[in-house]
Amino acid sequence: MCGIAGVIYRNGSRAVGRDMTRMLQSMKHRGPDSTGYALYGPVTELVIMRYTLADANDPRDFEFAERLRRSNREVEARLAELGAEIVESEQETEYAFRLAFRYDGELKTIADFVEDIPRCEVLSLGRSLEIVKDLGDAESVAHQYRLDGFEGTHAIGHVRMATESDVDISGAHPYWAYPFSDVAVVHNGQLTNYWQWKRRLERAGHRFQSMCDSEIIAVYLAEKLANGSSFEEAMRESLDDLDGVFTYIAVTADALGVAKDEMAAKPLVLYEGDDLVALASEEIAIRAILDREIDTYDPYEREVLVWQR
Amino acid sequence: MATVGESRITYDARGLAEPDAAVPMISTIEGEKAEFDAKELTTRQINLELRWLLYEQRVKDVTVLNPSAKHSLGVGILTRCRLTFVGSLGYFGLGLIDGPEVHVGGRVGWSVCENMMSGVVVIDGNAGSLTGAAIRGGDLVVKGQVGARTGIDQKGGTIIVLGSAGSMTGFMMQRGRMIILGDVGPGLGDSMYDGTIYVGGKVKALGIDCVPGEWTDADSELVERKFGIYGLGSPPELQKFVCGKQLYNYDVLEPSERKLVL
Repeated sequence: MCGIAGVIYRNGSRAVGRDMTRMLQSMKHRGPDSTGYALYGPVTELVIMRYTLADANDPRDFEFAERLRRSNREVEARLAELGAEIVESEQETEYAFRLAFRYDGELKTIADFVEDIPRCEVLSLGRSLEIVKDLGDAESVAHQYRLDGFEGTHAIGHVRMATESDVDISGAHPYWAYPFSDVAVVHNGQLTNYWQWKRRLERAGHRFQSMCDSEIIAVYLAEKLANGSSFEEAMRESLDDLDGVFTYIAVTADALGVAKDEMAAKPLVLYEGDDLVALASEEIAIRAILDREIDTYDPYEREVLVWQR
Repeated sequence: MATVGESRITYDARGLAEPDAAVPMISTIEGEKAEFDAKELTTRQINLELRWLLYEQRVKDVTVLNPSAKHSLGVGILTRCRLTFVGSLGYFGLGLIDGPEVHVGGRVGWSVCENMMSGVVVIDGNAGSLTGAAIRGGDLVVKGQVGARTGIDQKGGTIIVLGSAGSMTGFMMQRGRMIILGDVGPGLGDSMYDGTIYVGGKVKALGIDCVPGEWTDADSELVERKFGIYGLGSPPELQKFVCGKQLYNYDVLEPSERKLVL
């Protein structure tokens, strides 16, 4: 089933981590397997990289902690080798890390070099975007990663009921649109031409970190953006290229968009107010952050809507 | 902590398990009327309160404040009564009802009035997809827009929508009437067996085996009567659509007979 949510404030920053937790927790029944966030803070001169060095389900052998320490030292060494100057370094959980660093080069080079370390997966890379995902419901993930204090301009989130791939962090949403910085996607549905697109995109040089069909959308959008399409154009083209039932929300550093397939078989409720735009699989998620009577509607089939900050 | 041999529900994936939920009994009751605030109540508590009022306290008119788009409210009410929800309902509201007259002051989510048997439901705002799925009787009036697959598998009753409707409206409709004043998406009446669909706006595309029907006096009488009942003024010009009965399932010939025909 899965539940997706998005919020974009029309003016300034707000406690977007707390708001997204409330939205996702209210839809816990749609997917208790894992919860993920793509949060957008103020754009900084620093590059922020979130990555994991193991999955939450990985067996803990005697070497586990030491192996992660070695791997993390290797990540920092490789960044230094590429000329990055690390400013902040945080260990969020025993396997999830966050680095902020100065770097002027191509971000794809960083991602590829770092992901060459065994078991390392870059969750997000950009000057605003931070992707956090882990097993469990929104409150437990928010508590683990201290997201209640995250101030930002917009965010998307996902609660997952795993159907197409395993219950693990790499199968959790959101997906970063590698190698495009600051682009992420959450998806509710199933894509039936997954293998066709995966082979096509792999031949074009894109990498996949999971066996989850939803990752296709993020990489597909990245490919389109690389070829010069605008964010909205890329989303519109996806309606013809992707097969199956889907509603997905995609975000960039300054925009949030939603696309619905021609069957309109996956729900989405939308609220557009003077202060914010909020959308979610269920209205209760929107009401979780708005304590007033609101007027909402469901977008129709083949609709693409984009809000720019 | 549960002791040995004692079963205990510790977690429910839907977050809905409330095995020990009790009737809140928080309503203000005045004669046959009652009112309660649902803001702090769970779905199960709200439905228990409704049942307690209608079946045990013999109340005939209940107002529910702040339903807050919670799911599955007012499901399975099988008695003549009047219900007013001041606010919006979530998914699967008012399913399986038989008899109530309901007014929803806000919008409703997916699958409102699924399998409704009789009664009247008037919704002031928009409704999600699958509105009136498989309804068998009664009137369902939506004053806003509705999503996709409205009246899917409709088996009776009347669905009236003042706004537009999404794709596959009336999919596999079997009986009953649907009046959509706005536009409808692609696949209107796809694979319908019977029933009538009236559309005031543009039809993006007809579904398989859905064809324009011939307008009769009975159509005018029905539409005018329904518009009169709900105070909707004079009905606009409507197009009528029915089942063309050309699909394979209307072919009654046995394979051997078909050979002879060919």
